[in-house]
Amino acid sequence: MKIVKSVMAALALGLMSSTAASAGDVRLMWYSDGVEGEVIKDLVGRFMKENPDVNVILDNVAYKVVQEQLPIQLEAGQGPDIARVTNLKTIAQHWLDLTPHIKDPAYWQANFGNEFDWMRPDGSKAITGFMTQITLTGGFANKTLFEQAGVPLPGPKATWDEWVDAAAKVQASQKLPAAFAIDRSGHRISGPNVSYGANYIKPDGSPAPVDAGVKAFAEKLVKWTAEGKHMKEVWVSAAGSTYRAAAEDFINAQIAYYYSGSWQIANLETKIGNSFDWVATGTPCGTKGCSGLAGGAALVAIKYTKNPKDVGRVMDFLAREDIVKEFTERTLFLPAHKGVIAKGNLDFKSNNPAVKAALQKYVAATADIMPAAAALPAWKWATPYYGALVTRISQVMAGELKLDEAFARMDKDIADQVAQAK
Amino acid sequence: MAGVLGRAAGVLAAPVAWAAALVDRPMRAWQNATGTNGMAAVFLAPNMLIFGVFVLFPLVINIAYSMTGGTALFLPDRTFVGAAQYERLLSCADYTDPKTCEEDQFWIAVRNTGVFVVFQVALMTVVAVVTALILNREIRGRSFWRAVFFFPVLLSPVVVGLIWRWILQRDGLLNAALFQLGFTPHVWLTDRFWAFAAAIGVSIWAHVGFYALIVLAGLQAIPKDLYEAAEMDGTKPGRVFWRITLPLLMPNLLVVIVLALIRAVQIFDEVFVLTGGGPGTSTMFLTQYIYEVGFASLLKNPGLASAASILMGGVLVVLTLVQLAVARRNEAKGKRQ
Repeated sequence: MKIVKSVMAALALGLMSSTAASAGDVRLMWYSDGVEGEVIKDLVGRFMKENPDVNVILDNVAYKVVQEQLPIQLEAGQGPDIARVTNLKTIAQHWLDLTPHIKDPAYWQANFGNEFDWMRPDGSKAITGFMTQITLTGGFANKTLFEQAGVPLPGPKATWDEWVDAAAKVQASQKLPAAFAIDRSGHRISGPNVSYGANYIKPDGSPAPVDAGVKAFAEKLVKWTAEGKHMKEVWVSAAGSTYRAAAEDFINAQIAYYYSGSWQIANLETKIGNSFDWVATGTPCGTKGCSGLAGGAALVAIKYTKNPKDVGRVMDFLAREDIVKEFTERTLFLPAHKGVIAKGNLDFKSNNPAVKAALQKYVAATADIMPAAAALPAWKWATPYYGALVTRISQVMAGELKLDEAFARMDKDIADQVAQAK
Repeated sequence: MAGVLGRAAGVLAAPVAWAAALVDRPMRAWQNATGTNGMAAVFLAPNMLIFGVFVLFPLVINIAYSMTGGTALFLPDRTFVGAAQYERLLSCADYTDPKTCEEDQFWIAVRNTGVFVVFQVALMTVVAVVTALILNREIRGRSFWRAVFFFPVLLSPVVVGLIWRWILQRDGLLNAALFQLGFTPHVWLTDRFWAFAAAIGVSIWAHVGFYALIVLAGLQAIPKDLYEAAEMDGTKPGRVFWRITLPLLMPNLLVVIVLALIRAVQIFDEVFVLTGGGPGTSTMFLTQYIYEVGFASLLKNPGLASAASILMGGVLVVLTLVQLAVARRNEAKGKRQ
């Protein structure tokens, strides 16, 4: 009997200690494009020094895990307590309303409020998180290759045609495998589509049929691919809506021009080093404008957390103005915090003049975002639309579909996905 | 020494004897009550439990999922749609042209899988036979060569895919070699024909060692005196192969063909790493289609993926039944001989 009692007591103690430990645990799922994994590790360590009763467990994972596995965990009512995500709207029903758990919701509203609709269900007033960075799609040119080829860089309002022609001259002169590449992503080509007049959204908020703007840019992209100007393997070497970046081709000087976005700046700085000079170019112009597409990654709280109070403390710390400023300066991201932007005294931690120039270029390019592009980050059907664009345009590039067939299939794919989600 | 060992054995056996004594009485009681069949049920129960939990239950759940729609993950949250997912998959104006099908990507995957199975299995069988014939000869370092051919079987499919991607990509080993030899490099994996050929070739490279081993076992079971008699009769080597080796290898070859067929229908991992299903959808096979629809796409559709997996499962069941029939026939032949 005495032994049984001892065992029961030990079990009870063990249970109590494990409950106490888990009460202060906050699990944070994080992915990195560049150096931000190291920065967040440092910041989280500092938070735990200031708050020894909270244990933040940082899970640095691949982006694919966030895209593919996190939604399944969330559907099962599980997952981390906080996550860094880019799929902000489609699965927003899983985010926690932080309003009762943060110190000063008014501070959050004032500094991050512009993007709250991007990460909450339509009609909701919840504060679910904040943008760790604002991103903007845009291009990068290999200045050294252009100079070696004797081709001048196109000017600030140059069109897509002008950029591609110039890059093709560099390709011919420097014997490159391709002139330029765009990441395999529906998000990436949406800025150019809008620049050619596309509008994905009907007045009632539902997806509009593929229009002349989408068709115009898709036609050009397919033609440039067939001509060997656009790097074929980036788009063609996968089926479905799989994401493929062309950053490595730019870093290895295989292309003269690369269209991606502001989040690549730190990556390019680290990997290119002194190998060649590069410049950010903003988004080339279409017939209606020169719009990039805003977006970014947000840090959101998950509603299945057992420790909402501690989650609120971690989020309050990471959303603090001085912390956001430091994070921005070290990661070379564009900040989302209004106070940080307004003060404007950001000291980006880089000795590379190309980095500072690139960041300034992207900040300036935000003025060119067209309304049809500005609406997309908060639009719930953006994800299926992007998926259909990538899947079908790739098939055309591979010679499996004609453009007209692809456009019809895009409309059907989007309609099917909307019907499925309703 | 013997005494020490005996005592150690006694100590080790004691818990077993204790456990046996513990279950002895209830087992006897159960046997008295239910007879021999009842006892069989007791011994089968653990196995059936594992089968039920890990095979039967997921299968039933999968069938249930295939009759639901929506994006929710959990079955109770999903809408019952009956056979709508199957109708969507099977709705086609012309089954030979995927473009006329409601779910064109499914039929592209079916077509790709069909073509892959035909060519991969045929070539795999031929290569396995040739490899086994060579490895069966008295060559120097025979054991070493057998190990070399079997080695890729031990590799993870992801490793196989990565190795071959490094060889076949634009700046890969093959193009570097071609360039050195004065030929024009080619981007193999963006060319629909070569990407498909690479998928077949790589899967053969990865698995042929296993099938060659089965054929080799068959070759070694053929009585030597048959070859000696043929040699004495002055029979030409080609005739020896067609009249002696091949007929006597047939049971092993049937096993190879059926196993290779099943494996080929399930092809996914190494090809997915190698080509990603591209160019376009040229190397997208059924398993990848299911993966894309159910897990990888930005808006997942578990119902459609489940329906496709049930249809694919049906094909595999047929192939497995063929394999069982072949195995039974071989067994019966063996007994007659």
